[in-house]
Amino acid sequence: MTITTLREIGADHERRDGPAKVTGTAPYAAEHPFADAVYGHPVQASVARGLITSIDTVAAASVAGVLTVLTHENAERLASADDRELWVLQSPDVSFRGQFVALVVADSPEAAREAAELVGIGYDEYEHDVVLRADHPEFYTPEQVNPSFPADTQQGDPGAALTTAAVSVDATYTTPAYHNNPMEPHTTVARWDPATGHLTLHDSTQSVHQVRDTLAPLFGLATGQVSVIAPHVGGGFGSKGPPHAHDVLACLAARAVPGRDVKLPLTRQMLFSVAGYRTPTIQRVQLGAQADGTLVAITHDVWEQTSRIKEFAEQTAVSTRMMYASPTRRTTHRLVALDVPVPSWMRAPGENPGMYAGECAMDELAIAVGMDPVELRIRNEPRTDPETGRPFSSRNLVACLRAGADRFGWASRDHVPSPKPGPDGLLRGTGVAASTYPVNRMPGSEAVIEVLPDGRFAVRIGAVDIGTGTWTALAQVAADALAVSLDHIELQIGDTSLPHASVAGGSSGITTWGTAVWEAARALISTHGHLPAAGAGATGRAGANDAQQRYAMHAFGAQFVAVEVDQDTGEIRVPRSLGIFAAGRIVNPRTARSQFLGGMTMGLSTALWEHSTIDPVTGHYVNHDLAEYHIATCADIRGLEVGWIEEDDPHVNPMGTKGIGEIGIVGTAAAVANAVHNATGVRIRDLPITADKLLDAGL
Amino acid sequence: MEMTIYLTVDGEPRTATVDTRVTLLDLLRERLGATAPKKGCDHGQCGSCTVLLDGRRVTTCLAFAVQHDGAEITTAAGLGTAGKPHPVQRAFLDHDGFQCGYCTPGQICSAVGMLTELDAGWPSHATPDVAARPERTADEIRERMSGNLCRCGAYMNIVAAIEEAAG
Repeated sequence: MTITTLREIGADHERRDGPAKVTGTAPYAAEHPFADAVYGHPVQASVARGLITSIDTVAAASVAGVLTVLTHENAERLASADDRELWVLQSPDVSFRGQFVALVVADSPEAAREAAELVGIGYDEYEHDVVLRADHPEFYTPEQVNPSFPADTQQGDPGAALTTAAVSVDATYTTPAYHNNPMEPHTTVARWDPATGHLTLHDSTQSVHQVRDTLAPLFGLATGQVSVIAPHVGGGFGSKGPPHAHDVLACLAARAVPGRDVKLPLTRQMLFSVAGYRTPTIQRVQLGAQADGTLVAITHDVWEQTSRIKEFAEQTAVSTRMMYASPTRRTTHRLVALDVPVPSWMRAPGENPGMYAGECAMDELAIAVGMDPVELRIRNEPRTDPETGRPFSSRNLVACLRAGADRFGWASRDHVPSPKPGPDGLLRGTGVAASTYPVNRMPGSEAVIEVLPDGRFAVRIGAVDIGTGTWTALAQVAADALAVSLDHIELQIGDTSLPHASVAGGSSGITTWGTAVWEAARALISTHGHLPAAGAGATGRAGANDAQQRYAMHAFGAQFVAVEVDQDTGEIRVPRSLGIFAAGRIVNPRTARSQFLGGMTMGLSTALWEHSTIDPVTGHYVNHDLAEYHIATCADIRGLEVGWIEEDDPHVNPMGTKGIGEIGIVGTAAAVANAVHNATGVRIRDLPITADKLLDAGL
Repeated sequence: MEMTIYLTVDGEPRTATVDTRVTLLDLLRERLGATAPKKGCDHGQCGSCTVLLDGRRVTTCLAFAVQHDGAEITTAAGLGTAGKPHPVQRAFLDHDGFQCGYCTPGQICSAVGMLTELDAGWPSHATPDVAARPERTADEIRERMSGNLCRCGAYMNIVAAIEEAAG
């Protein structure tokens, strides 16, 4: 069953939270009216691996305004050590540099920070190992990769096929650690009310319910004793998906100073060690093809890191399992646990680094075969999902490639990579890459719709808007589900007092929450008719989608990039990029375009500027601020264009949506790398593609 | 050490007795309840805390409060209201020049200050002839807005919004 009358879905609406955001009056985590707030400032480990042997808090405690100094010696014992990332201030062990080892709570931010610097901590420092390298002796095969894919897959004998292939590519690509860096640093404000036994968190999170459901048992509380509130969140990009150590730290502090709101805003620098990041990767891709470009073998072997205290296995090769047709295929993931911060989700985990390598390799194959790289991809378009054999619910990669090539002016491209100086001396070239991202539906979302006295509809679900446009787009879904106009919808989100909702992650929000809202609307109408009386209400749940057993469900896209390279300095500029996407029905073209643009912008940043540099001696991310970790700035971004292919996919969900938060970043880096190669004749297989690498490679 | 200072914040006279270490940003956010300026880096690297201070754009995380006794401060909340937004705020809404909204009040204050600087003839790195009067071009806007980071990647729409507001 799908929505048949589309009035608000597909309509261009200004963000409903827009006026509050442009006037700065939308409250983020630290900005709610707290009476009598106090401030936490953490102390971080200054060794990468070791044991705390002494703690001196005397000087810190004597700073005027300090209320308490928490360490592993006096902090409340947590009920579970299952998640060692969250096992904060529970032991003297240090497992990575930057780990929280103490917290000062004071009546002003200045006093808390001053006192934190006075906490004296002695360590027995052990040898550490923080560098991912291909020859590391401790690689292992994880049981599964995020979230639940097999680590390895094999179809046929790709090794044999490669030896007899007419043309082959064998290349190794590397990507660095990347940090999410949402503009709002992770912030938790926690308050423990002993009289009512209630813990209240104002949190910057992608999932209020996941924070509640994770933290409550750690403190021996029932979930009903914990509230989490997040009406507005200043970006997340995955790093605010699961709760991190600071959430626990804030609660420990709140329980130590009952009745006070403890504000714990992390500094920008702290985020580099305690809020997740994308693992560096080493990826070997081998492609074998017939002389006409038809693939006969694909292998994608991945080596990446995790932490000693918690495993996160990025699913880097998963997109290779479904992207192109081939009779033989192998994908593998190997992990090594290092003395590093805990890696986690960052926008399109898996697809982003994996498609960078895979789509560069396809470009290398096109050159080896002597084909247009657009045509090479189209030649290897699978008729069914290569991994499962299931048909695709819809797959419009070819349409994206064709439409993009047409709009970009691809037909006139010189496919031979070589230095191509223009009249101004700049080298110019273009590149293409494909994008893909799965249609994810998360378990555990419920919506309640109630008719208000004025005839409008309250739509309640604990979803979160992290900038994706949920406040607007989910209301548009509700309007069409109820067959009313948007102004009849009062959406309520961002609070655990609302029905349970899954994380704003995996591009799953509208698919999941929208389905719950749709089901609630159906239940309301079937019980109370199309004109329900005030006070009437109904509940809907987003259950599993049976069609997922019959169809492979993915969004696709094609990205075209033009670059200009200065021959003398190696500086790369991107004057034009075009992304064409086939991502199901677009709920709000205005906010959707922004999401695609935002993904592509972060993709350009991934390709050209961002990288986190760890010091092997200290285990420290040395470029841990926004002056040294370079994200795209306004001056870097020009000429970005976005378009999409209309899709009417009846299988994905009642709205026909596929999720658009992540696909925009997938493939961008490969398109840039391929364009740089086309412009210069120099192939850089190590992100980011910086001037020094081009010059060292002989530009 | 504490000092008492007098400020005008979004048209309201305010008095505060503050530790001399308190930044203007922390004074506004933590003591005066003016949370339109955001804390994104606390190091002058992201621009989220930008306000107009005596008419000029300033990153308040790099300013000590006590240095600005008597200052007139306009935050995004003072430029306009939800019902009556400033033309730059209206243009940000029309062009969807934001997503999460956290950098947005700083972007908007910065844009207003930047247009004043352009009109005063201040050159930038993107000015072709620094002796000539700079024009309100997209290149000038991009260059002059590069102190305001946006991780959601709304730059294309931010530039379009400012171009429209600049007329």
